[in-house]
Amino acid sequence: MGRFVVDHLNAFYKDKQALYDVSLEFPEKTVTAIIGPSGCGKSTLIRCLNRLHEVTPRARHSGTISLDGREIHEMDAVRLRRRVGMVFQKPNPFPTMTVYENVAAGLKLEGGHPKNEIDQEVYRSLKQAALWEEVKSNLDGPGVGLSGGQQQRLCIARALAVSPEVLLMDEPCSALDPIATAKIEDLIFDLRKNYTVVIVTHNMQQAARVAEYTAFMYMGKLVEFDLTEKLFESPKEKLTESYITGRFG
Amino acid sequence: MAFDRVARRRWKSHLFAGLTLLCVVAALIPLTSIVWTAFDRGAPALSVGFFTQPLPAPCGSAQTHCSYGGVGPYIEGTLVLIALSSLIAIPIGVLIGIYLSEYGRRGIGRVISFFTDVLTGVPSIVVGIFVYTLTLDYILKTGGNPENVYSALSGATALAIIMLPIVARTTEEALRAVPDSVREAALALGIPKHRTTLRIVLTAALPAVLTGALLGVMRVGGEAAPLLFTAFNNPLGYTGVTQPAGALPTMIYNLYQTPYANWQADAWASALVLVLIMVILSVASQIVFTRVRRRISGGQ
Repeated sequence: MGRFVVDHLNAFYKDKQALYDVSLEFPEKTVTAIIGPSGCGKSTLIRCLNRLHEVTPRARHSGTISLDGREIHEMDAVRLRRRVGMVFQKPNPFPTMTVYENVAAGLKLEGGHPKNEIDQEVYRSLKQAALWEEVKSNLDGPGVGLSGGQQQRLCIARALAVSPEVLLMDEPCSALDPIATAKIEDLIFDLRKNYTVVIVTHNMQQAARVAEYTAFMYMGKLVEFDLTEKLFESPKEKLTESYITGRFG
Repeated sequence: MAFDRVARRRWKSHLFAGLTLLCVVAALIPLTSIVWTAFDRGAPALSVGFFTQPLPAPCGSAQTHCSYGGVGPYIEGTLVLIALSSLIAIPIGVLIGIYLSEYGRRGIGRVISFFTDVLTGVPSIVVGIFVYTLTLDYILKTGGNPENVYSALSGATALAIIMLPIVARTTEEALRAVPDSVREAALALGIPKHRTTLRIVLTAALPAVLTGALLGVMRVGGEAAPLLFTAFNNPLGYTGVTQPAGALPTMIYNLYQTPYANWQADAWASALVLVLIMVILSVASQIVFTRVRRRISGGQ
């Protein structure tokens, strides 16, 4: 479960086209990295996967995206987003909520989950996000009171608590120091046993460390998509080679 | 040379700080003067009886012993009118603010925004005669007694109309100040939009929304003009929603027009009470908001 197929996807903001005819497949229970210079459409692509793209005023798209064989735009957006979690570039815990409430928010606001079930899911998610040990004595403290790296793991726990099949990560470490980054990377590595992970990153070493597959994008187009090892060691495209050897971007 | 320049800059800095301080003092003069004048002229009336006794008989200049009183019911009337108008204006205003910020950022929302601003600028006396006319028309059409045109309800309606745009616009601003990243985080969790708005965005903006509501209350609490044709006057204060109601501003207006020394002193003392009520409301709500804010941001 959690296999995304993107077919001839074009995406626009007002009149500006951000994605050009992108087709690729994210295999289930693997980590796929999307790399490329700023403004190349990486974030737009993953925002299309959970239909957050359409929330932006006057944004539109053409082409199809299917999750396990079903076109996502024919699903209810709320249901889709429960199956496809997202972690953002800047940690964004809910400002008014405690650590516990942040993780419980998805289940609580969905309704119909008894307290002991929510308690268990909060525990499981915080464990999975490698944050439990650091916050277990401070569950009633404010979410925004944690350090940046802890906040980002809190956001990961919050996304995991609703038991998604896919986790989209939009440069999740760009606001973090190297130690916090290492923790999150370890975490991503563990997550692939149970989740399909798509991670957008500026950092090519990070892609090489955590991802089995890597997609390279440039100016809104998908240039190359391959096993990470192949893409970095023997890229087929000249453009990919120039980018990964640091000649631009 | 270099020293001169530093000295000159320091001089300029002192001069500027002095000027700002002077402006602060200048701004405080009218405030203290108002409070002092009200206290001074109202002094004869200020006693326990002022709050507990009914409005005394007018006292001519020939009389040596004058009695004072009658403010109690008007305080009650003012508080009830504020409560009734808040009950009408705050829920509607907050909903308008939510619409403007979360749903109608373009097109019709801009139009509503514009008209809300226009409504803020409508003079309060105009709101007063508008509600008066509306009430009278309604009474005549339903065959009621035109003498019943004055009521606490129509007074509260007039005040609510004045309060509404203030609450709506401050709510809108408060919600817009919540970063979009918070909305996206909620939507991405599969939380429906209406729950995102009510449970996450509105909660985050609550202290600012409450401040807006308070601004509205402070604005209408001292209004006399919209009440002249609506709540009219009632020496017993508040006696029911369909009855005329007395309020401090209209009491001041009515008593000060008379030539009687004790009623004029009553008016000044009432003015002092009105100012004090506003100060108390402001301070009390500041304390409450600080608590709410602290609870929301978790002691940060």
